[in-house]
Amino acid sequence: MPSELKIVNGRIYDPENNIDGDVRNLCIRDGKIVDSVSKTASRINAHGMVVMPGAIDIHCHIAGPKVNLARKLMPEDHRLDVHPKTKVTRSGTGGIVPSTFATGYRYATMGYTTAMEAAVPPITARHVLEELDDTPVIDKGFYVLLGNNAFLYKLLKEGRKKEFKEAIAWWVNSVHAYTVKLVNTGSDELWKGRKNANITDVNEQIDHYNITPAHVMESFIEAAHDLGLPHPPHIHCNNLGHSGNISTTLDTMKAAQGRRVHMAHVQFHSFGGELNKNPVSGAREIIEYINDNENITADVGQVMFGQAVAMTADAPLAWMLRNVKFDKWVNADTECESGCGIIPFSYQESVYTHTLQWAMGLELFLMSKDPWRVLLSTDHPNGGSFMNYPKLIKLLMDSAYRKEALQHVNQKAIANTSLPELEREYTLNEIAIITRAGPARALGLQNKGHLGVGADADITIYTEDEDREQMFNAPRYVIKDGIPVIKDHEFVTDHKGKILHSKPGYNEDISGEIEPFFEDYYSVKFSNYAISDDYLHDHEEIPTHPKS
Amino acid sequence: MPQASKTRPKENKNLKIVKDATCTFCGCVCDDMELTVDLDEHRIIKAKNACVLGRAWFYEHTLEDRPVVLIDGKEATLEEGLDEAAQILVDAKFPITYGLSDCPCEAQRVAVDIMDTINGNIDTTTSVCHGPSGMAFQGVGESTATLGEIKNRADLVIYWGGNPAESHPRHFTRYAVTPKGMFIPNGKKDRTVVLIDVRKTPSTPVADIFVQVKPGKDFELLWALRALVKGKKISEDIEEQTGVSREVLDDLVQRMKNCQFGVLFMGMGLTMTRGRHFNSGAVYSLAADLNEFTHFVAKPVRGHGNVTGADNVVAWQTGYPFGVNFNRGYPRFNPGEFTTSDVLARGEADAAMIVASDPASNFAKKAIAHLEKIPVISMDVKETHTTRLSRVRFAVATYGINTGGTVYRMDDVPISLRPAFDSPFPTDQEVLEGICQRVKKMLSGKKARVAA
Repeated sequence: MPSELKIVNGRIYDPENNIDGDVRNLCIRDGKIVDSVSKTASRINAHGMVVMPGAIDIHCHIAGPKVNLARKLMPEDHRLDVHPKTKVTRSGTGGIVPSTFATGYRYATMGYTTAMEAAVPPITARHVLEELDDTPVIDKGFYVLLGNNAFLYKLLKEGRKKEFKEAIAWWVNSVHAYTVKLVNTGSDELWKGRKNANITDVNEQIDHYNITPAHVMESFIEAAHDLGLPHPPHIHCNNLGHSGNISTTLDTMKAAQGRRVHMAHVQFHSFGGELNKNPVSGAREIIEYINDNENITADVGQVMFGQAVAMTADAPLAWMLRNVKFDKWVNADTECESGCGIIPFSYQESVYTHTLQWAMGLELFLMSKDPWRVLLSTDHPNGGSFMNYPKLIKLLMDSAYRKEALQHVNQKAIANTSLPELEREYTLNEIAIITRAGPARALGLQNKGHLGVGADADITIYTEDEDREQMFNAPRYVIKDGIPVIKDHEFVTDHKGKILHSKPGYNEDISGEIEPFFEDYYSVKFSNYAISDDYLHDHEEIPTHPKS
Repeated sequence: MPQASKTRPKENKNLKIVKDATCTFCGCVCDDMELTVDLDEHRIIKAKNACVLGRAWFYEHTLEDRPVVLIDGKEATLEEGLDEAAQILVDAKFPITYGLSDCPCEAQRVAVDIMDTINGNIDTTTSVCHGPSGMAFQGVGESTATLGEIKNRADLVIYWGGNPAESHPRHFTRYAVTPKGMFIPNGKKDRTVVLIDVRKTPSTPVADIFVQVKPGKDFELLWALRALVKGKKISEDIEEQTGVSREVLDDLVQRMKNCQFGVLFMGMGLTMTRGRHFNSGAVYSLAADLNEFTHFVAKPVRGHGNVTGADNVVAWQTGYPFGVNFNRGYPRFNPGEFTTSDVLARGEADAAMIVASDPASNFAKKAIAHLEKIPVISMDVKETHTTRLSRVRFAVATYGINTGGTVYRMDDVPISLRPAFDSPFPTDQEVLEGICQRVKKMLSGKKARVAA
């Protein structure tokens, strides 16, 4: 018997289908939105409630080796925030880096039904898939770190663009990734090979390879375009957190030459001012460039006051923070592929730079002209926990609340931003865009982020509340794949969720090129590297659209 | 068809070759084994590339003629064993699970699920090996690297408190000393190897420099090195205290500060002697400090084949790496309180499920005495002291030889296993899943075990 559900009389926000608060019914059969259902379908009366597609986090760090190192690193944080089991859900611990079960459930309790892990070294992807299998309710995928890959650099050095493209596709297939991720391109070689040095300019030569970060990034953008990956290269620019890094960020966006590119946590890359001096906001320059260039999508990477943890493949950045804070610090080098740094951190209202970052993120949101391309994230847990999203939504929707918040932060920093002059308030429709429809479109997820016929029945139903933080903090119902997982604010069943991945086509001959490199420079056998389909469990292949 | 092994000359053997199989004997988790399997005899007759320990592991895990399940020493069916095991766990007020370092992650995940369901206690062999390093990690962090990066870049390799030549024979040859790497074109010639230990061992000849420290004085030596690295004064009588002269220390400090990529591997000589987590913490801190001058990493040399996987699984499911208690319906961590040897020695546990380990042969006497008093469920591939005192004992298939699954190498690199031949015995995962399903069924209908 098909499982059928009808949600009646809800106020529907479905921007992809131009529905802006109309009262309508929604019909669901076997996990999908359909035209109609039989009279025996179970019903949810959503009268007076707000209905939206399930939210999608386009950039977060929730599974894998760096996340697990951060979990192990912070027992003091877990013990303050326990996550008891219920009759239907597993127990866990929370804090800034929750355990896998707590992560899935907590995303669901905020109406999120999909989240993308944003940085995975390929050799550790098996670990990520195992953790994602233990991350309940939500659908999930990951971006594979290829921007500092020694073999790909070798191909670029030799000018072999065709093989470069084939090898990227081989890697995405071998580890079941969604798209490619580039982090502080070119820095790993200097970090590991030149006593913790860092790249400072996108046009600087990378040691041993006679190529520049700009060339590497251009090559990836071109290859991903040709392969037709559902989401373009997801780029964490060079010089994160350094004063004056806007020039690097602008250079990077220009390198796309009109092709699609996603700029990750762009707030961290919007610093004006001079190097080694206090930063000022460069948010206006960055957002104006994004507004004018439709090939670019970005997530903001909003900073929220309170506990965070820097958790990044950008090892030199974590080292910089370590030398500010001298607290416990993790560095983890991955052979031929990546670096990694982790350091617990807290953003404080009284600190100039922290307030500046908080304000810069809000400036980016409030000066964005196209909500479809400037998306909500905190770069969890780097700018703060994903649990802050409801509060962030309130900051965007409620200018009185924002003005009140402005009173309690570092005023010197605020003076270097235009935040006090920005009166804009996001509408519910715009919130639905930056948390649902926009991420879905940027990711190429045609069945998510909307409520049209054929869409995945991932739905959130909120009780309308003028206090938007309260409203978004506790949806009344969360429906995943057509199954009510949360009813009247309580979990009524557990749910698995699936892996989202892409399979770009490639010529198998490329593995013959890669294998000898493995034998020389990796510590695992080539034949043991690619990950079998067994690790995918429930999964969905998102189609690619190759050019040529 | 390849030639049969010389040790077992026999014509027309039914042989199979398994390439790139993985050895799970120690934390090196070498994945370049070429196994020759005699399918008639159900045994591995040749293990190319294996070290002496690996060969013993592969040759000695044959199919033994013993019952799959014994309850109170009497043969029983698998179903009866699973029912009895589940009943023991459900009836217990303070059930514990221990071991897990010699089974795949897929099994470990189920073990945590069971303990979460019945509000039990879960702990792994980490608590008696590098548990102190895990605690030090929580305090100060760690600068680390995968073993391939060591192979490619490390020009200064220091071993402290370990004897890899006997415990991890291929650590030298496959990963850290002799192999040629991307920036180490001449292998060992391009590296300086230092060994620090309380006595000479079979590992000593590998070292260019051997430093002999007085037993129990590792922390003092480590702290003196940290001081010297930071340009601070140290005690005049350092040689008297530690057995190591100032000249040797100064030389070592210069080498550490001036190398291109240094690594410090620590063994249980640091974690299980005076100082314990202070020693590990000093190693991690020394490595972190050295990053102000060069690139430097540190790494515990882990023992069992998948002890690193156990740390990872328990951490991702609970937030803590070992010594976790679910008594209140959520995980709590406290080494000394929830570590198995302590829980047993205080006589607290009233049922135990021991997976892939043998605490009855190596725990403190008081702990073993208590284990003998309570109902024990055990899963092991061989008969051990622990299986002999168990009420319910499951004979299981050997991971990596009869089963697939995932294991994590000592540097957190996950590897999938390639089974060599089938076993009639169930896998750890199958037994644990059987118990888990039964436990959940017995508790369903009742109020979930949530803290009042």
